Amino acid sequence: MSFDVDVTRRLGDVQVGAAFEADDGLTVLFGSSGVGKTSVLNMIAGLLKPDWGHVRVGGETLFDSAAGIDLPPEARRAGYVFQEARLFPHKRVRANLLYGRHEGAALDIDDTIGFLGIGHLLDRWPRTLSGGEARRVAIGRALLSGARFLLLDEPLSSLDRARREEIMRAILHIRDALRLPILMVTHDPEEAERLGSRIVRM
Amino acid sequence: MTSGEYDAAMTLTPEEWTVVLLSLKVGAVAMAATLPVAFALAWVLARGRFPGKVLLDALVHLPLVLPPVVTGWLLLIAFAPAGPLGAILADGFGTSVLFRWTGAAIAAGVMALPLMVRAIRLSIEAVDVRLESAARTLGARPARVFWSVTLPLSVPGVLAGLVLGFARSIGEFGATITFVSNVPGETRTLPLAVYSALQRPDGDAEVFRLAMIAVALSLVALVASEALARRSGRVRHVL
Repeated sequence: MSFDVDVTRRLGDVQVGAAFEADDGLTVLFGSSGVGKTSVLNMIAGLLKPDWGHVRVGGETLFDSAAGIDLPPEARRAGYVFQEARLFPHKRVRANLLYGRHEGAALDIDDTIGFLGIGHLLDRWPRTLSGGEARRVAIGRALLSGARFLLLDEPLSSLDRARREEIMRAILHIRDALRLPILMVTHDPEEAERLGSRIVRM
Repeated sequence: MTSGEYDAAMTLTPEEWTVVLLSLKVGAVAMAATLPVAFALAWVLARGRFPGKVLLDALVHLPLVLPPVVTGWLLLIAFAPAGPLGAILADGFGTSVLFRWTGAAIAAGVMALPLMVRAIRLSIEAVDVRLESAARTLGARPARVFWSVTLPLSVPGVLAGLVLGFARSIGEFGATITFVSNVPGETRTLPLAVYSALQRPDGDAEVFRLAMIAVALSLVALVASEALARRSGRVRHVL
């Protein structure tokens, strides 16, 4: 069991939450905008504390309100790729990629840079990157941080068709070759059908 | 005026050099001592949520709105040998800052504090907290997030605050003369020297020379802080 999630949190007047279990592969969190899909990712990554519930990934408990477990974000080893890439503007691409790097990480740097096709960007500043380039760098940065699973927030939004294909190929590579569990948020049914081995509706 | 007379009128006397160097020393020491305090206060005011925040904000801004003479008088009471801070210095270190250049630096630092806190606070508030949460998910503990993300991104504001504060320190008059008097070579900084020269019938040339130095220093500071502010605006945007 890769993801075992059951969380709720009240945000203003709305109750946001999700409950699902998923095996290896890519799980799609699907729903129209505004239902709180990003909040669920934040709760799994440890950036938003659920009022109640549990988050288990790959058998390890990251959060459990009943047991009083709440790992800080830096201990969860979530590879979180935000919708806006959130690259550090004061660091070049290379330093961004290596920010979360530590000894004994499983992924090889050159391989990762290679399959993402970002080798020519290493000395650039984030503000000079296109949307698709920034997103690939953000995926690389998350992978190289020693992530045990990936959280992708609308990874294909606001990109043209060619860029979408590039990112999609990268995601499929991560799913099939690197075999990392992925939880991906989208509101596009076509993406959900094509990529998801399991679809959770919110 | 012959060229010899012109040179004599435009050349600083040794006493005036002392004034200029003392002013730079007072300004530099005031900045070095005030910066950590200003940063801590700016951080607390930008990020903290606690009762009494409005009061702290008002206290920090007090030197900006109080008559400087009153600030100087308050410092004098605090640092007098029997005052709360003066007693600590006297008993603990056998020293005093009254009539000393260190006192002038304290006055300058206190007067510069509000300006520095404002500039630094703005730049801390402009740091995108979403970048900080991204750093957390990449495995960085809060201390590393601060040193690697928050601080570098607020550096332009810190530098702008330093420049403004330095200029303010160099220009400090009222609090300094009230607190540590006008002692040549010790507390007579640039504005105090201008004031003294104005009291003398033959002081015109000296006033002119010192005033030109003040104008030059202030212009450099303003241009530098403007350039830094513009840079901080460019760094602020986030992909």
